[in-house]
Amino acid sequence: MIIDIMLYILIAMSFFCFIRILFGPSMADRMVAIDIFGILVVGVCGILVVKTGRMFLIDIAIAWIILSFIATITLAKYLVGKKLDE
Amino acid sequence: MKYITLFIILFLLWLLLTLNLEGPNLIVGAVAALITMLVFGKHFLRDWYKFFQPRRYFWIIIYLGIFIWECIKANFDVAYRVLSPKMPIKPGIVRVKSTLKTDIAKTFLANSITMTPGTITVDVVDDDFFIHWIYVSSSDPDVYTQKVMGRFEKYIKRIFE
Amino acid sequence: MNSISNIFFIIGIAFDLFGCIGLLRLPDVYNRLQSATKSVTLGTCSILLGLLLRYGFTAVGVKALLAIPLLFFSATVAAHALIRGSYKFGIKLSDKTVVDDYKDVKK
Repeated sequence: MIIDIMLYILIAMSFFCFIRILFGPSMADRMVAIDIFGILVVGVCGILVVKTGRMFLIDIAIAWIILSFIATITLAKYLVGKKLDE
Repeated sequence: MKYITLFIILFLLWLLLTLNLEGPNLIVGAVAALITMLVFGKHFLRDWYKFFQPRRYFWIIIYLGIFIWECIKANFDVAYRVLSPKMPIKPGIVRVKSTLKTDIAKTFLANSITMTPGTITVDVVDDDFFIHWIYVSSSDPDVYTQKVMGRFEKYIKRIFE
Repeated sequence: MNSISNIFFIIGIAFDLFGCIGLLRLPDVYNRLQSATKSVTLGTCSILLGLLLRYGFTAVGVKALLAIPLLFFSATVAAHALIRGSYKFGIKLSDKTVVDDYKDVKK
């Protein structure tokens, strides 16, 4: 029961991030929101482990941390305007 | 020797990730650590011997305690700034000088500053750290140097140098 | 043990909520990054710690413990890259800014 409520609050916060992605005034605002969204998904995976009892979701959380890190670094490099192999 | 240190660290990480001490798992872990060591070994730290000095681990534990306490205290500060209706923020980018020499120590100091809410490292040029601060409380360089990095610098010097 | 882990979950979700409110309320990119990245990272670390307390040192608990330093380092480096990128991209600091020492550094 309490786990369900936590899950709903986390999903509502993901919608906050979507608001920032949709209406962000500049490109950097959208990138910050994407970064935050990636970290929130890790929390959702952690709560889902408790709710469903499926242990492999924690592996997905670890993989998601690394993937969102690479995505954010790529976006930041694009923002600076240099080549990626530098 | 540098390569062997990296191999030991990677193999321990594999064992922690799988939590399984059977034969095939050990062989797979050893092969994966070997390949990673051969590819990335030359980028590893030059002064590997610091991994085998026990007093550094003692300082790491004390440093972790101080760091977590500062982190929690400062997070409540940021929560207050975000939630209060008037939003008492006074942001700015300040220049702070550090006395650390090695690259790894500078990296850890920059990460610690970033993780303490209220301050975030923008760039490191030689010895100067450029720090974005959400509430610039004074304009005197000595005072804010002490406020931003005085808590961490001496412990990091003992750990990494 | 379950109730202690629930308390950790609630603390974590509260910090996440503060971070997201900061993401919506604060005036410019730099301040948003300040509040959002760090509060949300600490909140998610608290959730993972609650997972460790609930399952003990089994496969799930140890993986959650390993994810905490990974999340710390990746979040700090990502925040650093984003703030430097947005400064070089030329996004203005907000009107409330009092001091900017970085603008006279050689690009």
